[in-house]
Amino acid sequence: MTLLGQFALWAAFLIAVWCAVIAFSGRWQGRPELAATVTRSVYAVFGCLVVASLALWKGLITHDFNIEYVAAYTSRNLPPYYIVSAFWAGQKGSLLFWAVVLSLFASLAQLLTPRRNADLMPYVAGVTSAVAAFFVSVMLFGASPFERLGYTPADGRGLNPQLQNVGMVIHPPMLYLGYISITIPFAFAIAALLSRRLDTGWIHAIRKWTLVSWLFLSIGITLGMWWAYVELGWGGYWAWDPVENASFLPWLTMTAFLHSVMIQEKRGMLKRWNLGLIVGTFLLSIFGTFITRSGVIASVHSFTQSNVGYFFLAFLVVAAVLSFTLLYTRWPLLEADVQLESMLSREAAFLFNNLLLVGIAFSVLWGTLFPILSEAVRGSKITVGPPFFNRVNVPLGLLLLALTGIGPLIAWRKASTANLRRQFVTPVSAGAATLVVLLAAGVRDLYPVMTFTLAGFVAGTVLQEFYRGIRARRRMHGESVPVAFLRLIERNRRRYGGYIVHVGVLIYFVAFAGMAFKVEREATLKPGESVELRSPFGHTYTFTQVGISQYEALNRVVSAATVQVTVDGKPAGLLTSEKRQHVDSFKRPTFEPSTEVGIRSGLREDLYLVFAGAVGGTEEAVYRFNINPLVWWVWFGGFVLAFGGIVTMWPGGGPTIARTRQAQGGYGVALVGAGKETDR
Amino acid sequence: MTDQAGSRTPGRRDFLRAGLALVILPPVQDSLSGRGDLGTVRDPSALGRPLAPTDPAENAAEIQAIELKLACNCGCTLDVFTCRTTDFSCTYSPRLHREVLALREQGLSAQQVLDAFVAKYGEKALMAPKPRGFNLAGYLLPGVAITTAGAALTWLISRRRAVAAAAGPSAAAPEVQASDEELARLQRALDEVDD
Repeated sequence: MTLLGQFALWAAFLIAVWCAVIAFSGRWQGRPELAATVTRSVYAVFGCLVVASLALWKGLITHDFNIEYVAAYTSRNLPPYYIVSAFWAGQKGSLLFWAVVLSLFASLAQLLTPRRNADLMPYVAGVTSAVAAFFVSVMLFGASPFERLGYTPADGRGLNPQLQNVGMVIHPPMLYLGYISITIPFAFAIAALLSRRLDTGWIHAIRKWTLVSWLFLSIGITLGMWWAYVELGWGGYWAWDPVENASFLPWLTMTAFLHSVMIQEKRGMLKRWNLGLIVGTFLLSIFGTFITRSGVIASVHSFTQSNVGYFFLAFLVVAAVLSFTLLYTRWPLLEADVQLESMLSREAAFLFNNLLLVGIAFSVLWGTLFPILSEAVRGSKITVGPPFFNRVNVPLGLLLLALTGIGPLIAWRKASTANLRRQFVTPVSAGAATLVVLLAAGVRDLYPVMTFTLAGFVAGTVLQEFYRGIRARRRMHGESVPVAFLRLIERNRRRYGGYIVHVGVLIYFVAFAGMAFKVEREATLKPGESVELRSPFGHTYTFTQVGISQYEALNRVVSAATVQVTVDGKPAGLLTSEKRQHVDSFKRPTFEPSTEVGIRSGLREDLYLVFAGAVGGTEEAVYRFNINPLVWWVWFGGFVLAFGGIVTMWPGGGPTIARTRQAQGGYGVALVGAGKETDR
Repeated sequence: MTDQAGSRTPGRRDFLRAGLALVILPPVQDSLSGRGDLGTVRDPSALGRPLAPTDPAENAAEIQAIELKLACNCGCTLDVFTCRTTDFSCTYSPRLHREVLALREQGLSAQQVLDAFVAKYGEKALMAPKPRGFNLAGYLLPGVAITTAGAALTWLISRRRAVAAAAGPSAAAPEVQASDEELARLQRALDEVDD
């Protein structure tokens, strides 16, 4: 099967190169008959990569340990679902996963894009094929998943214990889907630039793709936080690690795009900026891949250091130079149709929101690269950890949270003073009331107080928007409140889905601020001994050591340390944390013992138990106890955010065809009026 | 059912009774192992490195605060406190922890402990560089860049608006035949359905 897999990779590579060449040259030579060949080539690349993927999966499932990748990431006693996820657990397999998903998306783009954008599609196919050819070439010339060993081990090494978690079965694919799907909007942007079709056509064509990409990135990042929290055992979910930052960067620029594209659609402004954002987002996704796979910056999440980093660096540079050169050559064609009329307008608020989002992206990128820069300039190594990122980014994040509440309150084009007063009264009152409650409760920490106050303000904004929408529907259609609420969302999914996303964001912020009040301590307990911790909500938790039990599971020896928990003297159950010594099918240890934390999650706070080890092989256990406030709300915020994203991208509910045509007609008139020519 | 020795061997009914009990009765909880006694575990090697009991002094808030500012040099990107209470195979963070305790026992203040670490291991010993010299660029550049871009944006928009105003009213803007009151009503209605 490896021969077939390798053959399929070569076939995919050659067809992808052929497709890219034909797509660009055929379009330039004015040979539309080649478009069908190009489309078929895209499907053929997908077919070849599916064959290659099946070949690797067969190797994984049949325990063909002669394949280096199979021996490195699986063992005979690995549970079946982790054998499936081993496909993307390592560097080489994840490259194949990336390539096959990219070719799937490229095929779907060819299949699903409406015919009115047919003239863009050869270029789209050319770009996606070029990117696919690059990824396949990395496998062929740098990291083949089908490489064979000179011998066949009796058993494989098994999967890293930290990857043996349900989060790692779904988190990497989600994140990859987010990263990979960015290629499609990028391909449309390049196609629009190449074909000089720079009207809103390409924007409409990529709308769903950008939302899909943003949604997958959001879910992937949240699942990554959850995995870090339940598996890594350090007690938090975000450590500003370079790999975490790498996933956050394209999310930030994509979020900026989702806001600024509305201005282009409604007012014909920010065309250059939007193209720049799409190109920048794609380059950041490649940069993230480079960071994860090159080993250039130390990270607990990165793959083992390898030479594939050079491939990605070269690709990043070439893609950046070509894209920005193309953007530069089309610069004069991207003139805005109208100018901003007032600084007190929603357009201006969106502009500043974009400025902040891109500014935060820059700040995260800057902090991630600063150790390299510092070493180059000063010759000394430094560490840039969470204290740096928090100091720089928390104020920016709070400004962004404020704009989340301000933006929807300001009218398009120009807001009057009376309008502003009317719009701001309720949200500002909500924020002020929150502040009073916090101060009365004795909360004095600056950033948490600011976060909760601004969250109150944003909640006020969203509630007011829903209230007014429901009131308007009730007045116009005589609907009941629940019906008006549902129809409000149904008839304008983009707007109200966006507000739901804002609610998700504010829940995130509140939950993040909660961690400022976390409590942690170490303790060594003999059976029957207790330790007490007082939570920020005023509860007293008592943890009493029960003991340590050992047993064998499928691929590990488990040492489970258990404590009995009481809350204010009332029994609250048992909490267990484990040490797991993973073994292969011959009972030989495969990795260092790993730790599985014990978590008792609640709406107010999580109890987080880490079993560090035992004293002298006895049942005297060393623990770290954490009380982490509001963590549950991080996951709930992620759910709300994803739900809002799904509402926004759900088919239908947008402007009617008549309204769209009307808008496009107006746009065409504006172009003619301004003496511009289009390439339609 | 009894054998010749008089002992009773379990019959079909006994098996049925036992099976029924398994289904109907709640499972009997094992006695909580080790309660009150300091038992030993069967396979200590499965627990990783044996640990020494933690000294309550090690939990002192000031020790934690110092260690949260010091980077572990095992390559984990975590601070000393988090690493030593998370990665139990790390041998660096427990050693750095002992160094912190030793320095505190010598009567050094928190800042002096941090300075001693920087003197011994270099600036990379800190979780974030000190905001001075070249490092200041690291802290200030994002804020300066955003402020400058914001100011430039504001200036640019203001200038364009001034140029547009000097050029006269836009030809595209239609003349509206409506009273102030009607316009105000329209604005209120738009505010309610505006997206």
